[in-house]
Amino acid sequence: MTSHEDAAIVGIYEYPSRVIEGKSPWDIKAECARLALEDAGLGWQDVDALYDAGENGMGAGFTAAEYFGLHPKVMDTTAVGGSSFEFHTAHARRAIREGKANVALLTYGSISRSQSNAIGTGGRVSERVSNPVNNMENPWGLVLVGNYAMAARRHMYQYGTTPEQLAEVAVTTRYHATRNPDAVNGLSALGIRHTGELSVDDVLSSKMVADPLHVLDCCLISDGGGAVVIAGSGIVPSTRRQPAWIAGTGEAIGYRENESDLTLTAATVSGAQAFGEAAIRPDDIDVAMIYDSFTITVLMTLEDLGFCKKGEGGSYVANGYLRYDHPGGPALNTDGGGLSSNHPGMRGIFLLIEAVRQIRGESTSQVDSPAYCLAHGNGGWLTSRHASGTVILAR
Amino acid sequence: MSNVVTRPLPSLDEPDTGPFWEATSSHELRYQQCRECNKVVFYPRRHCTNCGSSILEWHVSAGEGVIYSLTVIRRNGHPYFSSILPYVVALVDLDEGFRMMTNIVQTAPEDVRIGQRVKVSWEDYDRLSLPVFVPVVNAVSAKPAEDKVVS
Ligand SMILES: [Zn+2]
Repeated sequence: MTSHEDAAIVGIYEYPSRVIEGKSPWDIKAECARLALEDAGLGWQDVDALYDAGENGMGAGFTAAEYFGLHPKVMDTTAVGGSSFEFHTAHARRAIREGKANVALLTYGSISRSQSNAIGTGGRVSERVSNPVNNMENPWGLVLVGNYAMAARRHMYQYGTTPEQLAEVAVTTRYHATRNPDAVNGLSALGIRHTGELSVDDVLSSKMVADPLHVLDCCLISDGGGAVVIAGSGIVPSTRRQPAWIAGTGEAIGYRENESDLTLTAATVSGAQAFGEAAIRPDDIDVAMIYDSFTITVLMTLEDLGFCKKGEGGSYVANGYLRYDHPGGPALNTDGGGLSSNHPGMRGIFLLIEAVRQIRGESTSQVDSPAYCLAHGNGGWLTSRHASGTVILAR
Repeated sequence: MSNVVTRPLPSLDEPDTGPFWEATSSHELRYQQCRECNKVVFYPRRHCTNCGSSILEWHVSAGEGVIYSLTVIRRNGHPYFSSILPYVVALVDLDEGFRMMTNIVQTAPEDVRIGQRVKVSWEDYDRLSLPVFVPVVNAVSAKPAEDKVVS
């Protein structure tokens, strides 16, 4: 029997700027950590479990604790791309439940934008020829977005999903972004001229990157950072803010196999685990923070988590059904998401942060007293090797 | 003066997949099958992904299959690939039961479809050849072609 009140997110901080100059990613992480701990009303040395996604290179297991000046009893460097932070949340709750730790710190800091990493279309061909996968795939010129494009193309083939339906995801997240001053300022700072609402036509008339995905089907590339503090039930009463209890978590890995259905993601597994632990159903979710590297990522994830039937994601997301002010469906990516708020490479931490804001009643697109908020991270590449991490937070 | 940019080519020295690439120089498209459980294994490895056996046999594919999915790449920062835009990357399901990534060539990108029957063609380089695929003209596909699907 799992208790819903073993551990809670008690502190959050999101770095407000999308273009960050004169700071190292580690400095961004430390600043976010300090402010998230302050948000929680906890001290620096209260942290006894440290989680790092390795976004700033190998060896985070040694370097993170030293940089921060912490002496963690639990050190976890699970690196599954954008979903790392959902995995970390699951692991932190387990460590706390086992009595190995009381206060867990998750941080993220990236200057992808300022380093001009063209994450989606950079065409970086790995030099690591000792890797069998790279040795088989490098010759074909597949860029990151191409993996998702193949998922979208197959989804359209199997289920009749349309480019217009995919575009609806970008339209909804931009609608939420226009209400978030940090997102609007960020869009301007990133040199995006049109920072207002988008129409389906805007998305469809933007440049094609990898058929059927247009520029506006793709997330931004920004700088950014954030931190999350998780505390055990013994610590929670001494924290300052409304706790967001971790009611359920799920973790899964998927990859391409001979004859496998590549319209399915590992979210089918991680979602079932998380909903099972929380003992609720998708209908009970008020806010769905779904990793939106691309519009298709959201559509397939919503299906795989059970918000709608497989193949019906296209009609599910249409007509603004997932807007925060639309009755019925859960509110989708109320901060503006990776499509319109920020995406420094691994967006998973921001999904947790916005879900907590919703629990606290502090979102710029606030849903009325949400009981359950879901954060679902996707790391890696759909149609290929990827990770799914699902976290359900409860008031 | 033109800058010669070359395509990234696989290594023949990579232990798991080297034998696959070596065979391409004689235009053989190889895949593996487990002798214990008959599982078809691809990409090449040294163990069966189903039962863990280390006894895998190499077979030569007839080189025909069906496009499972594809995309037309229209942007790539890599010097070689940016010089051949737009081009098609696809996943092809070979008749022998393995799925591989490749390029579909010798046809307009907009004419390439999911469900289309394709066959291997070879681009020759110094010590290996790349197995690209071309549509089989007038083929009767086992699966419906993409444009016949109705929602
Ligand atoms: Zn076997």
